[in-house]
Amino acid sequence: MSTLLEMRGISKAFAGVKALEDINFTVRQGEIHAVVGENGAGKSTLVKVLSGVYPHGSYDGSIVYDGRERHFRDINDSEALGIIIIHQELALIPLLSIAENIFIANPPSRFGMIDRDAVYKRSQQLLAKVGLNEAPDTLVTNIGVGKQQLVEIAKALSKEVRLLILDEPTASLNESDSAALLDLLVEFRSQGMSAILISHKLNEVARVADRITVLRDGRTVDTMDCQASTIEEDRIIRKMVDRDLEHRFPKREPTIGEPVFKVENWSVYHPLHAGRQVIKNVDFQVRRGEIVGIAGLMGAGRTEFAMSLFGRSWGRRITGRALLHGREVDLSTVSRAIDAGLAYVTEDRKQLGLLLADDVRKNITLANLGSVSSGHVIDDIKEMRVASDYRNRMRIRCSDVYQASGNLSGGNQQKVVLSKWLFTDPEILILDEPTRGIDIGAKYEIYCIINELADAGKAVIMISSEMPELLGICDRICVMNEGAFVGEFDRSEATQEKIMRVIVRKGERLVDRDLQRSSAEELSGGALR
Amino acid sequence: MSDKTATLPGTREHAGFVKTNLREYGMLLSLFAIMLFFELVTDGTLLRPLNLTNLVLQNSYIVIMALGMLLVIVTGHIDLSVGSVAGFIGAIAAVLMVRYGVHFIPATIACLALGALIGAAQGYWVAYFKIPSFIVTLAGMLVFKGLALAVLQGQSVGPFSPTFQKLSSGFIPELFPGAGTLYPTSLLIGAALALGLVYISVKTRARRASHGVEVEPTSFFALKNAILVGVVIYFTYLIASHRGLPNVLVIMVALIALYGFVTTRTTIGRQIYAVGGNEKAAKLSGIKTERLTFLTFVNMGVLAALAGLVFAARLNTATPKAGLGFELDVIAACFIGGASAYGGVGRVAGAVIGALIMGVMNNGMSILGIGIDYQQVIKGLVLLGAVCLDVYNQRR
Repeated sequence: MSTLLEMRGISKAFAGVKALEDINFTVRQGEIHAVVGENGAGKSTLVKVLSGVYPHGSYDGSIVYDGRERHFRDINDSEALGIIIIHQELALIPLLSIAENIFIANPPSRFGMIDRDAVYKRSQQLLAKVGLNEAPDTLVTNIGVGKQQLVEIAKALSKEVRLLILDEPTASLNESDSAALLDLLVEFRSQGMSAILISHKLNEVARVADRITVLRDGRTVDTMDCQASTIEEDRIIRKMVDRDLEHRFPKREPTIGEPVFKVENWSVYHPLHAGRQVIKNVDFQVRRGEIVGIAGLMGAGRTEFAMSLFGRSWGRRITGRALLHGREVDLSTVSRAIDAGLAYVTEDRKQLGLLLADDVRKNITLANLGSVSSGHVIDDIKEMRVASDYRNRMRIRCSDVYQASGNLSGGNQQKVVLSKWLFTDPEILILDEPTRGIDIGAKYEIYCIINELADAGKAVIMISSEMPELLGICDRICVMNEGAFVGEFDRSEATQEKIMRVIVRKGERLVDRDLQRSSAEELSGGALR
Repeated sequence: MSDKTATLPGTREHAGFVKTNLREYGMLLSLFAIMLFFELVTDGTLLRPLNLTNLVLQNSYIVIMALGMLLVIVTGHIDLSVGSVAGFIGAIAAVLMVRYGVHFIPATIACLALGALIGAAQGYWVAYFKIPSFIVTLAGMLVFKGLALAVLQGQSVGPFSPTFQKLSSGFIPELFPGAGTLYPTSLLIGAALALGLVYISVKTRARRASHGVEVEPTSFFALKNAILVGVVIYFTYLIASHRGLPNVLVIMVALIALYGFVTTRTTIGRQIYAVGGNEKAAKLSGIKTERLTFLTFVNMGVLAALAGLVFAARLNTATPKAGLGFELDVIAACFIGGASAYGGVGRVAGAVIGALIMGVMNNGMSILGIGIDYQQVIKGLVLLGAVCLDVYNQRR
């Protein structure tokens, strides 16, 4: 088999943080090459380098495609050579028809006008090719997600595709749709097409891939040939997560008290898709002075769970009981949740956390203006003192508290958001991805702050996609998958392999839940030995 | 505290301070520049006591509505209906007082309450149903324009009782009637106002300085206050040499002070800015964003009603055409005054200055005999220019 694509020594950094480091990656003609790795391992960045989203010159290394070195300036350059990406979030326009979506970029035309007949006919052919039995003039909004994914593939096929890149193509599909999609990939392979398949679901990967490359922290850890050896999932998992954890987390001796906050039978439905239960009757509790981690993949329902607790800020038809010190509390609005002693530090500080145009002081006091005012009149001196106090305590690096929060670095912005919530003096602090997008030094400072909070008797719930962080900080780790808690580990027994195993096993969507539970027990038992 | 004071750049260069605060004072400087320009080209007509008094009377209702519009724009919305609402309320007032002979106090109260109700009706759809304010208030603009016509049955209704007319064409009573051509009461009030402003700013500065907050350099501060005192006293002198302070000017200044205080010093003001700056973040911080949006529209309705009363009292008649196009002047005043169309940014002082810039330009160009056609062209270009300059300054 000849080589279609070779990426040599690719490195790419964002503001000093290395996203990719010396990546070597090849795709052969007529091969399905799977790429696996944790959240943030560099999979998406790799694909963006390949497709020209990050243009030539913004990265180091070289791309050789079809025998020649290529310098893609943008995505059009790579598409012209048959490199087509299908993104995880579908990029279809809901209120246009299937046919219009397929030919959105360059419809067949005559005399400068769209040739509707040709659009219809060619759409029909393409839909037949992907096995989608829908009329081309059906609106995309009227077909399911699985079929939409097929439309995306038909759209890709409408261009001269030689290398198809699929980013988590089955993330939102059910089992039979996923199987159909994978069959389609295999069929295309037999016709000589190459594909890069990015997926979390190791069973799918193992089923169709010819080779598997594991990325970790922006490096290629290993490339395995599926024909040459049988693939061991454990081996892949180990490679995905294995890394040095020492000296990255401050030490702490936990003093854990009585349960403070309990959630029982909590259920949440999607705000738009009425029938979709996003949080499936979960139970959860956190104790005084305890840091509980919630692990899981993106889309597992962790943020949705947290936000639905915090004043019903996400979801519909929220049911279940929330108990504070054994007594049921009303968390139905954000201000009630704050009054009850909850605080939620969002994962998206720019969109949901900060008033970027306003200064540090105004951001810090926003959720608790009452404490710096008397009779609705703000005491600006008191406010300034509070803000300066947090600035010193949290070591927020800013010229003064009147600096606009939008001009601060990510780490300092995070400290401002944390300060805002600490100023409400919460008992239960929910931190959603508290170290996302901030540098290592700032991360360490945030970890120290979290430890101090727990030592001060607060109950901390920490959602994170970075497993080492969970292992380094938390006293207990709950694993969430598809809206339910599927595993729980004590600090002493938790390992990255165990957590990852629970997550990827769940991705198999076993029909028989008992079978699954028993296999999970087997696994954890095995790892203990 | 002491170590923190050391890190504060208290000894910053004066030039640097002026530069960073230029944007704050830029609007005020352009107002003065425009006034100076028209004062020169009209051979001193602009600042004649009679003309200055007229200038105040002519623009009072725009300034009053700009205060409400500023809050609406700060929350990220717009209200296109204010002109029609003002016209409609004027019509209701005329019908109540002239046709049915209702006393002006209950009639005024009823009109303000009706304004609040109109604001509530529009704000409800915007805040709780999330219908874009542009659409809701565009509908309101048509509805109330039509209702004004219907209420007046297509005719002008007037005149009002002399007491009601005093709302906009009256002057404060003179306590020392024998004092000659100048009105000493008005002068005294002006002087007291100037001294009061200086007292407040000196006290605020001292309080801030004692807590280690950065304050402007002393010389700059003194100069600023000297100019402030000079300007206030000079303008009261000019106005006092005509017929004293107009009633409506007193109302206007009181409202400006009230809204200035509410926007900068109170929790509700802070929360309104938070809603406009980042509604989702505000909501997640426990702020009742819907209720605040609703209240800004109610407030706008009351102020539009007040403006409608002032305008009707000034014309001494309610006409179906009253209020036509006011919304554009009001919105333009806010944007010229530095409010952001994206919400979250804008100051009361800015909106007032914006309204005055528009007013001075209208007045000056009319004195010069420029036709209404080119007046509009020039006003349009000034609006665009002011906003462009603001955007350019922010990018730098």
